Amino acid sequence: MAAVPPPDSPVAERWYRRHAGLVRVTHWINVVCFTLLLMSGLQIFNAHPALYVGERSDFDHPTMSIRAHLSENGLVGETLILGHSFDTTGVLGTSNEDGQISQRAFPSWITIPSNQDLATGRRWHFFFAWLLVLNGLVYLAWGGASRHFDRDLFPSGVELGHIGREVLEHLRLRFPRGEAAKRYNLLQQLTYLLVVFVLFPLMILTGLTMSPGIDSAVPQLLTLFGGRQTGRLIHFAAASGLALFVIVHLVMVLVSGAWNNLRSMITGWYDLGQPRTTDVQ
Amino acid sequence: MSSDRLHRRSLLRALAAIGGLVVSGCDRLASEPRFRSVLDTANNLTYKVQRLFIGADRLAPEYGEDDISPAFRANGSTDPQDQEYLNLVGSHFADWRLKVHGLVEHELSLSLDELRALPARTQITRHDCVEGWSCIGKWTGVPLAEILSRAGVGPEARFVVFHCADTLDDGGEPGADPESIRYYESIDLIDAAHPQTILAYDMNGGPLTVRHGAPLRLRLERQLGYKMAKYIMRIELVQRLADLHGGRGGYWEDRGYEWYAGI
Repeated sequence: MAAVPPPDSPVAERWYRRHAGLVRVTHWINVVCFTLLLMSGLQIFNAHPALYVGERSDFDHPTMSIRAHLSENGLVGETLILGHSFDTTGVLGTSNEDGQISQRAFPSWITIPSNQDLATGRRWHFFFAWLLVLNGLVYLAWGGASRHFDRDLFPSGVELGHIGREVLEHLRLRFPRGEAAKRYNLLQQLTYLLVVFVLFPLMILTGLTMSPGIDSAVPQLLTLFGGRQTGRLIHFAAASGLALFVIVHLVMVLVSGAWNNLRSMITGWYDLGQPRTTDVQ
Repeated sequence: MSSDRLHRRSLLRALAAIGGLVVSGCDRLASEPRFRSVLDTANNLTYKVQRLFIGADRLAPEYGEDDISPAFRANGSTDPQDQEYLNLVGSHFADWRLKVHGLVEHELSLSLDELRALPARTQITRHDCVEGWSCIGKWTGVPLAEILSRAGVGPEARFVVFHCADTLDDGGEPGADPESIRYYESIDLIDAAHPQTILAYDMNGGPLTVRHGAPLRLRLERQLGYKMAKYIMRIELVQRLADLHGGRGGYWEDRGYEWYAGI
C-alpha cells in the first residue's frame, strides 16, 4: 500500500480492497466475451437485417429493418422502426468501405469478421457464447455462495429510501468518498442487478430460443417470448440495452476517477481518498 | 456544419478506428487454421450437449393451418439449370427415381408414385434459415426411417448423405467438374430415425414446386434450412464424410458452415 496518511489524519485506512479476485477475473473475461459477441452478432444480423414479431417473418412488415435504396443523391441508408423511417446513410444501411459507398446494414468496422461472412461470424459467436455462459455460471455460483449479491448488490431498505438524493448526487457527478465509497451506490446496485439478473439471462434465453434443436426440447421458451422471431427481436433489443449500459458504465468510470476504478478492477485496491469534511461527523 | 455535428462525426471516427483495430485483429486470428479449429470446438460442444440433453424423439413444435406463411421464401437454388434436372422437369418427373445405395442391405430405386404409396406423415412446421428468418409450411412425405428400414442400414453405416440435382451458381471455380460442386448434405442416424425427418413431396397441400425442391426434399425439423436438401436424386449411406466433396459433409459445410445446425 503506497500512501501513508499523515499522523494527524482521522482516516485509519485509505486503501480498500474493493473487488474480490473472482469478480475481477470474471469481469475481464466478460468484457472480451461481450465485445466479441456484440460484434459477431452484428455480422449475423447483417445476413438478414430485419426483425419481426411472432413465430414467422412477415417480410413486408418488419418491426425494424435496415436497408439501402437508390435515390438521386446516390445510395441512401435507411433504418425503419415501427414504420418510421430514419436516414442513416454512412452508418446504417450504407457505409464507406474502402472509399466506396456500399450497401451494408452495420458497417465493417463494427462486425466480426469485417467482410460479409455469416459462417465465420457464427463460429465466433457460439464460441464466445459458451465462454460467456460458463463464466457467468462461475460468477453466479460464487456470488451466491460468498454472499456477494446479498452484501454488495441487493440494496437495503434504508438505501432504497435514499433513491431521490442519490439520483441528484449522481446527476451532479458528485461521487462518495471515504467510508461511503466502499459500497456501490443505489443506482449502481440497481443497474448491476438489471445487467446480471435480467439482461444477460435474457440474452442467453432468447439466444437459445433461436435454436431449432432447443425449441424441440424446451418449447416453453417459444411461449415465453412469443415466438422465435420475437425472441430474435428481444435478443437484439437486450444486446442494445447492454451496449447502452457499457457506454454509460465507461463514462461513469471515466468521470468518477478512471485510474482508481481501473486499478481496483485489476488489482482489487481502491483509494478511498481523504474524506470530505461533510462525511466525517 | 454545426459544432455538435462535427463533434458527433469525430466521435464516430474514433469509434470506427477502435472498432477497426479489434476487427482487423480478429480477421487475422480467424484466418489462422489453428485458431479456427479452436473456435470450432464450440460447435462440437453444442452438438454433444444437444444430443445428450435433447431426447432423440423430441418433436419440433408443430403449428396450425392458420400459422402457415402466405409467402414461403425459397433460398439457395430456386431454378436449377442442370441439364439432367431440366429433362426431369420436362417429363414431370416421370423418369425420376430415388436411388438408395451405399452401406445398405438392398439397394432401392423408387419412383414418385411408389414413394406416394408408402406410409406418409404430414406436419406443419417452422423453417429457420441460417440468415435469421423463419417461415411456416405444411409438408407431406415419407419418413426417412421408412425408406431406411426397407433398404436395411448396414452395420458400418453412420451417416445418411443426400445427393442433389442442383449446382449453385456461385459454387464452383471456373472449369470445375459440375458433379464436384453439386449440392449435397448429410445427417447422422439419430436424426435419420426421427419421426419428423421426412422426404417431402407435397408442400401446403400441393406437389412440391421447383422453387422448393421438386420432386423431393428433406425436412429435418430440428436443424436449420441449409441442412434440408432439395432436388434429391440419391441417398447414400456412408461410414465417413471425409471422402465426399470437400470432406465436411455438405455444400455449405465445405464453405465454412457448421455440420450440426441445431443452433
